[in-house]
Amino acid sequence: MAVAGFLRWGGRRARLPGWETLCSRWCLITSHKLYSTVYDPNEKTFEKLLIANRGEIACRVIKTCKKMGIKTVAIHSDVDANAVHVKMADEAVCVGPAPTSKSYLNMDAIMEVIRKTRAQAVHPGYGFLSENKEFARRLASEGVTFIGPDTHAIQAMGDKIESKLLAKNAKVNTIPGFDGVVKDADEAVRIAREIGYPVMIKASAGGGGKGMRIAWDDEETREGFRFSSQEAASSFGDDRLLIEKFIDNPRHIEIQVLADKHGNALWLNERECSIQRRNQKVVEEAPSTFLDPETRRAMGEQAVALAKAVKYSSAGTVEFLVDSSKNFYFLEMNTRLQVEHPVTECITGLDLVQEMIRVAKGYPLRHTQADIPINGWAVECRVYAEDPYKSFGLPSIGKLSQYQEPLHVPNVRVDSGIQQGSDISIYYDPMISKLITYGSNRAEALKRMEEALDNYVIRGVAHNISLLREVIIHPRFVQGDISTKFLPEVYPDGFKGHKLTDLERRQLLATAASLYVAEQLRSQRFLGTPRIPIAKSKRSSWELSVHLGDGIYPVAVSKDGSSFSVEVDGMKLNVTSEWNLASPLLSVTIDGTQRTIQRISRNASGETSIQFLGTVYKLQILTKVAAELSKYMPEKAAEDTSSILRSPMPGTVVAVSVKPGDMVSEGQEICVIEAMKMQNSMIAAKTGKVKAVHCKAGDTVGEEDLLVELE
Amino acid sequence: MAAVRVLRRAVRLCRGRAASGARPPPVPQRIEEKRRAALLGGGQARIDAQHKRGKLTARERILLLLDPDSFDEYDMFVEHRCTDFGMDSSKNKYPGDSVVTGRGRINGRLAYVFSQDFTVFGGSLSGAHAQKICKIMDQAAMVGAPVIGLNDSGGARIQEGVESLAGYADIFLRNVLCSGVIPQISLIMGPCAGGAVYSPALTDFTFMVKDTSYLFITGPDVVKSVTNEDVTQEQLGGAKTHTAVSGVAHRAFENDIDALLNLREFFNYLPLSNRDPAPVCECHDPSDRLVPELDTIVPSESTKAYDMLDIIHSIVDEREFFEIMPTYARNIVVGFARMNGRTVGIVGNQPKVASGCLDINSSVKGARFVRFCDAFNIPLITFVDVPGFLPGTAQEYGGIIRHGAKLLFAFAEATVPKITVITRKGAVQIIFRGKEANAEEEYVDKFANPFPAAMRGFVDDIIQPSTTRTRICHDLDVLASKSQSSPWKKHANIPL
Repeated sequence: MAVAGFLRWGGRRARLPGWETLCSRWCLITSHKLYSTVYDPNEKTFEKLLIANRGEIACRVIKTCKKMGIKTVAIHSDVDANAVHVKMADEAVCVGPAPTSKSYLNMDAIMEVIRKTRAQAVHPGYGFLSENKEFARRLASEGVTFIGPDTHAIQAMGDKIESKLLAKNAKVNTIPGFDGVVKDADEAVRIAREIGYPVMIKASAGGGGKGMRIAWDDEETREGFRFSSQEAASSFGDDRLLIEKFIDNPRHIEIQVLADKHGNALWLNERECSIQRRNQKVVEEAPSTFLDPETRRAMGEQAVALAKAVKYSSAGTVEFLVDSSKNFYFLEMNTRLQVEHPVTECITGLDLVQEMIRVAKGYPLRHTQADIPINGWAVECRVYAEDPYKSFGLPSIGKLSQYQEPLHVPNVRVDSGIQQGSDISIYYDPMISKLITYGSNRAEALKRMEEALDNYVIRGVAHNISLLREVIIHPRFVQGDISTKFLPEVYPDGFKGHKLTDLERRQLLATAASLYVAEQLRSQRFLGTPRIPIAKSKRSSWELSVHLGDGIYPVAVSKDGSSFSVEVDGMKLNVTSEWNLASPLLSVTIDGTQRTIQRISRNASGETSIQFLGTVYKLQILTKVAAELSKYMPEKAAEDTSSILRSPMPGTVVAVSVKPGDMVSEGQEICVIEAMKMQNSMIAAKTGKVKAVHCKAGDTVGEEDLLVELE
Repeated sequence: MAAVRVLRRAVRLCRGRAASGARPPPVPQRIEEKRRAALLGGGQARIDAQHKRGKLTARERILLLLDPDSFDEYDMFVEHRCTDFGMDSSKNKYPGDSVVTGRGRINGRLAYVFSQDFTVFGGSLSGAHAQKICKIMDQAAMVGAPVIGLNDSGGARIQEGVESLAGYADIFLRNVLCSGVIPQISLIMGPCAGGAVYSPALTDFTFMVKDTSYLFITGPDVVKSVTNEDVTQEQLGGAKTHTAVSGVAHRAFENDIDALLNLREFFNYLPLSNRDPAPVCECHDPSDRLVPELDTIVPSESTKAYDMLDIIHSIVDEREFFEIMPTYARNIVVGFARMNGRTVGIVGNQPKVASGCLDINSSVKGARFVRFCDAFNIPLITFVDVPGFLPGTAQEYGGIIRHGAKLLFAFAEATVPKITVITRKGAVQIIFRGKEANAEEEYVDKFANPFPAAMRGFVDDIIQPSTTRTRICHDLDVLASKSQSSPWKKHANIPL
């Protein structure tokens, strides 16, 4: 059905992602069952547009601009000089050094580029300057169109108190609470009692969880008042607070709205964004399993009412908290394109960036509410360069030594701004891409997501594929039983990767053993006719010992034509594959079950790590003989690295801030090494007393040289 | 010969009967007994002691190194001939003596092996021991197959005196004669001291096992008495010292098993002799694979560092690179890889370490590797990004001119296919020390780009970085039939 409308969805597997291929990777919906997203070449639009952003969203905007025939200007920091968005744009200008405050937030430099390149409009993407009213104002004053709402709407929605008042006046359900500024702790307690516990105390100017406290009684309210006002003052320079009812265990569901400058506004259905970690969304989908048509319409209509009340134009998002009884409460409105907009595009067939540009140019909307469909189901996973085993994701940096998007899987869309060889740096958001799958129903979309995640090759940095895959196959998620507390509830002790069932463990062992044997067999195959003939091995069975986790498993492999027959735990499994040992992806069929696995690494010692069902497992495979002899190998104690500080690179010691006997606390700077003209602060890995200092300022040190020892 | 043997046996039989009246066991049984004794080496107690030290026995090592059931042993019945100091008593005789020798297969390919047996007189080298080693070396040279030595020996057999020392001389001579004819690999798996160190030093590659192997001319006790230095075995001659400081060893491995498995993998890169071409393995990595990251990996600023290993991994087959001397003179990277299945030797400046400059150690490291590749028909691929030679008194006094010349000599002498990829550029900043900024700028404009060299034909082509792999694979195919001869000479005179 709707799938037919997606042209070259997925596209071919790009080997060389030059910008031409990048563009063909992601082809927008060009026709739709109910209406078409038309890129009318005769419709007058901007000639040149500047994208005040980087990464995937900059690429996303450029793609639509190309379809609309708009020339694009990219801005970039010096470290982004080779970034994908820079290559894709018609022009690119450096706006400063790596730190965002000096580049992507550097309004002076960006205004200068706009003047120089004569860009007529600016798309801010999300983040950075997208909700900065000062930026919008400066653009307006120079006659440059800001692709977004008016300054008035940005301002009104940027303030929590004001936006809540506005919402209330527009008859939007708001969380019961106090709308004014709370004077002191006593007043806070009085208000809290009126509303009824639990209550949430939050900074009026806040965001991102800062200055937010939940209070369950009077005492906590007083305490919360004090903390929140301090935090608000230091974080936002504004200690105004508000108090509202705390909705326990809510869902986060948001409505996409689209409004023009002629008073028309539409709601483009909802997005379910409840799967979050540390208030950041991880998995989103549209539509939500939770909403019935009535609730959806009620939410949509209220969202539109709010948009109209602030004379909103452009695309915007009205966020709601929805409790278990489907009561919904206005949370806030985001006056920009959201990260998760692709799921809405998938089910409605609209190109939101195109609509934003059209609206900014002054065109009225082409659709009516009745035109907006829900076609199929779309799921988005945010693929991050981060380690999911540490508080559901701590950023990781590095070079993408291998990178291949799963575009050969049907109905997959990948929005990314990186390519093989790109650096994930400390300066910017560690998002690698947004992986979106689409299906005629939710089960189909999720099945494809599973496949897409298995087929996604990311090497060189840690990534959260394992967590994403676990979430989307979790029974609670599959049933739609989710809330914003999903992750901490499901993984109270932190995420530990996929837990193998007995069958899955056997499948992994069988696959790893077969892979080992395939490799062994290949290493006996030499081409040409050697002077001394090669002794052909007549061996057809191998007795192996595989170390996985805490267990050591005897595995017997015998070759059976092109497949392997593997005996694990007294169970025989048949493993077939093409055994292409160079491909990062390996399709293996184990007793009829197809699995796509990735061999992340291997070495001569039999150690290998295999990504299986999303999680990377470390194994060691030895022949039975070697495994038996390995009991004689000496156990080597790992060096306790927390009490010693070694130079991570060769360089010069610029300063040493401690001397023997000093107490240092974890994270405290111990010395500074300059290398490659960069100063690197070496910090203590634990709290303790300095035992010895092995370097002084001016010394030249090599990599791994001992600098400081702690007791 | 056979007649004499029969006669002797008859005599012995008569004597035996006359003396004890009991019948000695029949010959097949005696063979079996000797064989069993040989397999036990120095006996179970010593085997257990060897295991306790975290080491495998000589035979266990051979078992792991060679393909299953492929070992054909030589000289299992050889015994030492020493009669002094009570050595001729039967309890001091071990069939096979303190070394196991033979031939076998590694992934089907022929290799000759000796494995010193520490359980027999601490693996000490007797005349018989040396003779056994010499025998397989002679055979290996005649057949044209590599020799792998697994060293675990306390040194010379003191009881034998000059006999033992002469044995070393015989081995050294063969090491030298075989040099450049067949690859010789030494894996140090226990002590190796005094004169014994020179056999590994004469071979092509010396690998060590961490924590259980030592190489030194004189041990800590002698050092203490002569120079009054306090030093441990590990500091003096452990794996870390030789792989990071002295450059004596080419690589170190975690334990015996790790070392032997790695040796098997390493062996697959080598041709069997100088008569054989570099081996070509079955390869699944497409030769025309583009490497897009190469277009961005090298920073445009000439002073900014990057990791040459990233470049090497991305270009070679399946990202597999067997690095030689990875922790010594790290400003140059050398090692083996494959291109479309064929073994190649890779040499690259490492901008990440000391800006990739050339100094004494890196020149010597590079030169030795290049000469090995040239001797054994392994094509060379060189990735150049060098600011020049390291300046300073330490380098000049150390003889950088002489040592740097080795690298030039080795490259110029090499007749194997040589492909050089210049990833960035060279020595401009050194010529102009920032004083004459204008002149430097002019110079950069003029020469710090590929055009002048390309226009003069000094470089053959300027290629898109992402196509490097494809281009190298094609060139190697063409160059496979390269033949180049040098003028007749006894041997060249490399500036040692």
